[in-house]
Amino acid sequence: MGWAISGSSVAATARDDPPSFFLKPAPFRYARPRFLADALELLGAGEHDVKLLAGGQSLVPMLNLRLLRPTVLVDLNGVPGLDHIAPLPGGGLTLGALVRHADLAQSPLVRERTPLLAEAARHIGHPAIRHRGTLGGSLAHADPAAELPAALLVLGAELILEGPRGSRTVAADRFFQGLLATALGPDEILTAVRVPAHGRGWGFGEVVRRSGDFAMAGVAVVIDRHAPAGSCDSARIVGFGVSDRPMRFADSERALLDSDGGDAAARAGAAVTCDPPADVHASAAYRRHLATVITEDTVRQALARLSA
Amino acid sequence: MMTAAERLTIRLTVNDRPVEREVVVRRSLADFLRENLGLTGTHVGCEHGVCGACTVLVDGRSARSCLLFAVQLDGASVTTIEGLTPPDGLSPLQRAFCDTHAMQCGFCTPAMIVTATELLAQHPSPTEEQIRDALAAQLCMCTGYVNIVRAIQAAAGARPAMP
Repeated sequence: MGWAISGSSVAATARDDPPSFFLKPAPFRYARPRFLADALELLGAGEHDVKLLAGGQSLVPMLNLRLLRPTVLVDLNGVPGLDHIAPLPGGGLTLGALVRHADLAQSPLVRERTPLLAEAARHIGHPAIRHRGTLGGSLAHADPAAELPAALLVLGAELILEGPRGSRTVAADRFFQGLLATALGPDEILTAVRVPAHGRGWGFGEVVRRSGDFAMAGVAVVIDRHAPAGSCDSARIVGFGVSDRPMRFADSERALLDSDGGDAAARAGAAVTCDPPADVHASAAYRRHLATVITEDTVRQALARLSA
Repeated sequence: MMTAAERLTIRLTVNDRPVEREVVVRRSLADFLRENLGLTGTHVGCEHGVCGACTVLVDGRSARSCLLFAVQLDGASVTTIEGLTPPDGLSPLQRAFCDTHAMQCGFCTPAMIVTATELLAQHPSPTEEQIRDALAAQLCMCTGYVNIVRAIQAAAGARPAMP
């Protein structure tokens, strides 16, 4: 074994395959297809555990810690055309699954049409993580504390899934199905996302223990006002890190729509209803408190932008 | 039908030199640099993307080399601390780290230099907030970061090295 430090074991190793004393993933085989059809074929070839590799910023830690032991890794980075950022006629965007977080955060088109999505991407990890991590990878991984699933849910985005029988479109509110669970079939690949543009009334915030960590709790808000008076007449508020998936704060949305200005943000915050998990980072009560405070804060951001 | 391989031959550029090697596909870029190429300046800490000690530049952008497999780097250009060090002596950034006592055990230092190099390329005169934001990606267990911030400020010419 590579771990053995006896002379014979080391000598038996080929020169360009020196032994390693470090953490290693379990052995797997690797393919880097240049066509989506090849990737789909590898995925559906009957191997019992095939994993898709995009940015690898969540997958590779899980491989290194041997929480996952796939037999085959299919690297999508050789498939051209999966990293596009393009405008849609109605004002929205179509984004390829391999768009990196750093590009999402910096793209002028994303910042102009869906600034909430750019802001959400800016909150992910650190530059070195954002340079590699991808939109599609984050969505397919579906960590309940991740920023992009919440951003897609609050914006009412659609996800494009390619499979052996063709393509299908799934709305964000049906895509996220639980802890690390999505509507993706085992033979399907998430290839792109369609995100509608949003108005000026948006807010985004999260609380982390250390810069770059997953959020203990976070909130994304989009509101709009069509009538000249009142606070707003449409509202979507989504919390993350407070359930097994990103969730709408329906009671907060209602409280906000029923408010006639004044302390609308505080009422939306006070109306937050959620049953967050407790772990070593934060108790359920603390997460609920954070959700309340961040909701008030992000609604305030959104109202201020709407009135600016 | 295309097949998946256990070993592959990769061609890439490391510190401006062409490299061609056959590798086991599960070998990380960090291990490839250290063990196949003998470039031990890239340090390996947590091996799951948290500590930042293994940070290198891939096609000019910082990346955790423990979260990349060497086979993914076919055709890419990688720069390590060895590539950021002049043949003789030290770079101004490295000199500033020495002058301000910005290292103690030195384990995080190569990746600190890599990260600071990227920061100064993007922001030649960074604010303290920008420096601290960039350094948040790198764990240092010794210094408390104060002298590392000073070193980067000194290298940027933003203010005197020590008060």
